[in-house]
Amino acid sequence: MEEFEPKIIAFLCKWCTYAGADLAGVSRLKFSPNAVPIKVMCSGRVDPSFVLDAFAKGADGVLVGGCHPGDCHYAQGNYKTLRRVKLLKMLLKDMGLEEERLRLEWISASEGNKFREVVNDMTLKLKEIGPSPLKTEELK
Amino acid sequence: MSKANIAFYWAASCGGCEIAVLDINEKILDVIEKANILMWPVAMDTKYEDVKKMKDRSIDVCFFNGAIRTSENEELAKLLRKKSKILVAFGSCAHEGCIPALANLFNKKLIFDRAYQETETTVNNDSILPMSSYEVKEGKLRIPEFYDTVKTLDQVVEVDYYIPGCPPTPNIVEDAFNKFLTGDLPPKGAVLAPVKALCDECPRKKKDKMIETVYRVYEKEADPEKCFLDQGIICMGPATRSGCGHQCIKGNMPCTGCFGKTPEVTDQGAKMISALASVLAVENELSLDEKKVEELISKIKDPVGTFYRYSLASSFIKRKVIK
Repeated sequence: MEEFEPKIIAFLCKWCTYAGADLAGVSRLKFSPNAVPIKVMCSGRVDPSFVLDAFAKGADGVLVGGCHPGDCHYAQGNYKTLRRVKLLKMLLKDMGLEEERLRLEWISASEGNKFREVVNDMTLKLKEIGPSPLKTEELK
Repeated sequence: MSKANIAFYWAASCGGCEIAVLDINEKILDVIEKANILMWPVAMDTKYEDVKKMKDRSIDVCFFNGAIRTSENEELAKLLRKKSKILVAFGSCAHEGCIPALANLFNKKLIFDRAYQETETTVNNDSILPMSSYEVKEGKLRIPEFYDTVKTLDQVVEVDYYIPGCPPTPNIVEDAFNKFLTGDLPPKGAVLAPVKALCDECPRKKKDKMIETVYRVYEKEADPEKCFLDQGIICMGPATRSGCGHQCIKGNMPCTGCFGKTPEVTDQGAKMISALASVLAVENELSLDEKKVEELISKIKDPVGTFYRYSLASSFIKRKVIK
C-alpha cells in the first residue's frame, strides 16, 4: 500500500511566516512537501471558518503561522489568533478530531530553518495519527 | 381568485413550530380566508396515503418544520417536495438542525444504549432495542429507521425559502404568510428575516468590549441596561440574525442564536469564536501569557452547545467523529 501523505493547509502571514517559508526555499532547504501555503496579510486574518472549512474539505492538518508576540505588523493581530486557535482546539476536541491536527507557530522572516522543522514535524505526527476521519466520514 | 393550497408538516421537532403558526392569533383567520389547509398534523387528521394521491405540485406552499432524523422524515420530505410548488423550511430544525442536531455529538448506538438501557429508571434485562423490522406470526412489522446523523431539510431535498427561529416569532410568521399569499417574494433560497445581526436591533448600552472573565448565566445577575458581552456573559448576538424582536434580551437573558447565521456566513459558531477571540482578555493582552489565556478560555464550558446550539447540522463539521 502507498504510504499516507498528509495534506496540510498552511495559513501564513505575509510579514513573518510566509517570508520565513520563502527563506527556507531560497536557502534550498529540503523538507516535506506536504504543506500547501496560503498567504494572508496577518495571522489575525485567519477566520475560524477558514480552518473548519479546510478540515471539512479533507485537510489532514491546518498550520497557522504568524509573527512572534510583539512583532505583529498590525500590532496585536497575532494575540487574537492565539485566542482563536485555543478556542478552535477546544471545539475540535469536542468534535472528535485530534488536537494535533491544528497547530499555531510563531515563525519570523529569518527563521527559515524553524519553518522547515515545523513542517517536517507536523507531517511526521500526522502520519502517525493517520488521515483525517472527515475524509471518509459519510453523512448517513 | 381561487384559494391557495397550503400544508404544514412536522418531522424531528418538538412541536413548538406547529404551535408558532397559531401565535399569530386571529390573523390565522385571514390566512384561512385566502388559503385551504390540506395537511396540518397537529390540528387535522391527514393520512400519508391522501398526500400520495394528490397531484404533483398541487400544494402551493408547504411549511416543513423539523429536522431529518428518521427514514420517515426523509420519505415525507421527498414526498412533500414532489407535491409542492414552494417548500419552506419552517423554524430552526428544518433550517439548521437546531436542538435535535446536537444528537450529532453521538450516534444511533450511543443514543439507543443511553435511552433504552442506561437511564436510571430503565429496566431492560433482555436488552431489547427498537428494530426497523420485526417478524411476528401475523407477518413483518416495520417502523422507520433511525439515522446516525441528523440532517437539515436542505441536505435531503431542495428548499425554496427559510423561516428562522426556535420557534419563528409571530412577526416573522405573519410577514412570511403575507409574502406567500401576495406573491411578493424575494429570490429563491432567501431567509425570510432581516439581514443584520441581532446587536443592530439590541437596545442595550454597548461599550468597547474587553472581557476579563467569562460568566455562565447562573453565575451573575445581569444588569438589564448593559450589553451582555460587556458583562462577560456570552451572548450570540454578534453572530445571529435579527428579526426576533430581541425577546430573550428583553427577558434579561442572552441570545443563544436560534435565528441562525447572517447572510454570507457559512458557519455561525466559527463567527462567534472569531468575535469572542477579539474581545476576550484583550485589555492587557501584551503582558498576558499563554497559560492565563488558556485558563480564561477553559471557563467556556461546552463550546459546541454554546456556539452551535442551533446550527450543528448545517456547520462545516456537521457531526462528531466517533471511532
